[in-house]
Amino acid sequence: MINLRAALAWLVMFTPVIAVAADEPVTTFVLDNGMQVVVVEDHRAPVVQHMVWYRAGSADEPKGSSGVAHFLEHLLFKATDTLEAGELSATVAANGGRDNAFTSYDYTAYYQRIAADRLELMMRMESDRMRNIRLTPENIETERDVIIEERNSRTENNPRALFSEQMNAVQYHNHRYGVPIIGWMHEMETLDMEDALSFYDIYYSPNNAILVVSGDVTPENVRTLADKYYGVIPANPDLPERTRTKEPPQTAERRLIFKDARVSQAYVSRSYLAPERDSGAQDTAAALTMLAEVLGGGTTSYLTEKLQFDTQDAVYSGAFYRGTSLDDTTFDVIVVPAPGVSLQEIEDAMDAALAQFMTDGVDPEQLERLKAQLRAQQIYARDNVDGIAQRYGSGLTSGLTVEDIQAWPDALAAVTEADIMAAAKMVFNREASVTGWLMQEEEATQ
Amino acid sequence: MKTLSVLFVALIMAPMVWVVDAKAETNIQEVTSPGGIKAWLVEEPSIPFMALELRFRGGASLDRAGKRGAMNLMTGLLEEGAGELDSRGFARELETLATSLGYDVGVDELSISAQFLTENRDASIELLRSSLIEPRFDAADIERVRGQVLTGLRSDTTNPDEIALKTFNAMAFGDHPYGSDQSGTIESVTALTRDDLVNAHGDIFAKDRLYVGAVGDITPEELGLLLDRLLGDLPTTGAAMPAAADITIEGGVTVVDFDTPQSVAIFGHKGIGLEHPDYFPAVVLNQVLGGGSFESRLMTEVREKRGLTYGVYSYISPRDHAATYLGQVASANDRIAEAISVIRAEWAKAAAEGVSEQELNDAKTYMTGAYPLRFDGNGPIARIMVGMQMIGLPSDYIATRNDRVEAVSMEDVKRVANELLDPEGLHFVVVGKPVGLETGALPE
Repeated sequence: MINLRAALAWLVMFTPVIAVAADEPVTTFVLDNGMQVVVVEDHRAPVVQHMVWYRAGSADEPKGSSGVAHFLEHLLFKATDTLEAGELSATVAANGGRDNAFTSYDYTAYYQRIAADRLELMMRMESDRMRNIRLTPENIETERDVIIEERNSRTENNPRALFSEQMNAVQYHNHRYGVPIIGWMHEMETLDMEDALSFYDIYYSPNNAILVVSGDVTPENVRTLADKYYGVIPANPDLPERTRTKEPPQTAERRLIFKDARVSQAYVSRSYLAPERDSGAQDTAAALTMLAEVLGGGTTSYLTEKLQFDTQDAVYSGAFYRGTSLDDTTFDVIVVPAPGVSLQEIEDAMDAALAQFMTDGVDPEQLERLKAQLRAQQIYARDNVDGIAQRYGSGLTSGLTVEDIQAWPDALAAVTEADIMAAAKMVFNREASVTGWLMQEEEATQ
Repeated sequence: MKTLSVLFVALIMAPMVWVVDAKAETNIQEVTSPGGIKAWLVEEPSIPFMALELRFRGGASLDRAGKRGAMNLMTGLLEEGAGELDSRGFARELETLATSLGYDVGVDELSISAQFLTENRDASIELLRSSLIEPRFDAADIERVRGQVLTGLRSDTTNPDEIALKTFNAMAFGDHPYGSDQSGTIESVTALTRDDLVNAHGDIFAKDRLYVGAVGDITPEELGLLLDRLLGDLPTTGAAMPAAADITIEGGVTVVDFDTPQSVAIFGHKGIGLEHPDYFPAVVLNQVLGGGSFESRLMTEVREKRGLTYGVYSYISPRDHAATYLGQVASANDRIAEAISVIRAEWAKAAAEGVSEQELNDAKTYMTGAYPLRFDGNGPIARIMVGMQMIGLPSDYIATRNDRVEAVSMEDVKRVANELLDPEGLHFVVVGKPVGLETGALPE
């Protein structure tokens, strides 16, 4: 038995499953228990960033327990079998490092930035809390108050955040992207120990996690340490397949008006349901990414040209697309009217500009400039390996493979004017859109 | 459990004698151009681009009387056309070169952060030079950017954080530029003319207040020539710096009524300047009290133990013309009074007792260990170098900085805590509908 295991371990160690991107100092491999590992090397400074990403986010929560993914993220800083509450962070700080965590729709991630020779200590503690948290009723009580205050700070005190939450809720009929990551207040107030531990037991296991280490490390050293600390944790054989409820066809345009006395600057926001980057099929997402740049990426973009230069109807306009997502995402357009321009007028102007864009097409010189910037970004990116780490972590937890992530720059570079127009024609479907007005009680006449 | 855990800590804390030598990775060269412009350079040829950081001392505090917001609006217009290029032409050229130019103004300095590929260095420098020396300030661009500034100012009027900050600053600094928003008011910005922007431009862009940091793929000789081309045409002198500010705020509470579920509080009193011999002990003290980590006393007492907030922190704000010691917290309207009472108790406790030996050691290890982590990229290193020059530090400071932290003793911290922390002098500006708090003296 022992011999067999040793032989297996040897096989895994030396099977050439390592993939390195052409331009990026990235190495990837998989541990025996299914935990994926990404190493991004940068030896210019003796610093390392150690991250563990779980394929579990707010969109994986059970109905009625919104916010539990994020609540659990907070609770992972409490005690384990070997660490007291707060001890992990205190140890990181006492070693001169910084630590934190974040939760999104499709992932939860934990990280430390610290001197490179502290990597083993980080792995020891991070692997410990993957399986061994020990919560008390007091932890639940006080930390629930903390996340409620977090919601107060981020959302309740900010009408723009409340508006955006309503827009999302209306955009999705049947998918958890319609529920805020931090949770609905009335459900957060009921979160308990059982909610947190049940989410933990299902999703926190090595076969559902990705280790991303960037900085002054070698793949060999990371592999040795990862085998020692993460490799010994058994895979969860009951890890459910990650299937989500799907959106039915969206066949009715939706509109909403959000009024709040705290709004000083009214604006119009439009979101369209849009496909995300799919593994092996990223071309549409690449075209949508370029469309957002062409339409609303800055001073030289189409909407800015039409709404801030040709006319002065808007003080700001922008277009956004977040392609890294497990399921259908959105393409968003925002216009902020100039004084004296009503919300109806600016919405009409925005729609006229979008219609005109469908006739005018893409300016080839603008597309060429965008591609020059893309090429340069690959050089600038080497100055920020933590940014590369972020790309792999978010990509791998959003249904993409290492190959997809490495193919993405080429997918963007290959986008043509015709691709962008085809993507625009597909995505600008009013039946799958939400238009929102954010305003005070009565529209201010400025 | 407790004992086990302590043992574990002792084990992992034991091999603590480690020093990361930031200097080894940051070989700063002091460069003087043929034309006499001084700069600090770190050569980093491994990636074909460079970061260039320029700073001009004075910032928005150089606004002329009655022209509040002129420096801010002028800064916003620097990237809106220069020389032969109009606003969009300038932006297109930047895109073609894949160069980024960031213009930012603060209360004490105007900063320019440039990043460009080696292959586009000359063209990028030409574009940057043009924006500094011959910005157009075209009428249509002035109106467009003015509209954006006014939009921001309107939004600020209903943003509790901004209301709190503006209220505190007005009470603390009165008529000094620090006492008002550097973006100006809706009235002052509406009234600004092109001449005001030209004056602001002339007031700040001069060699007598310039600091330069460069990191990247360039030699000292090349940098010298680049700086002369870029900055050689600047005038020698600009406007006089403002006078020192009197800090007039006293202990108490100011409630600004605002209908929102969570109250936001900014608090503070007089601080301690960078030039003060006790500045390092003060920073170590603050690290323990409210320095932003999860382990600070304020985070432990207000968040971890009581769940009263998502975040609470304090910081020393040593500006050029006044130093304050400030903090911030946000809690639901019915819980903010308790949060404030806990903060005051911690302030008083630290003032009376200082910190424990363990806390002092933890703060030092954190600060000395965290320091090299800041040097993570060409841009950050360029910014650190300019910051060092502006506060008069030598270029070999990086190698000695951690020794200064290590030299802080228990007596130092106790003395500074006693002199600096003034629990009765703390003023809390609270924006919201706080329950059990009203404007006036601090509650008993």
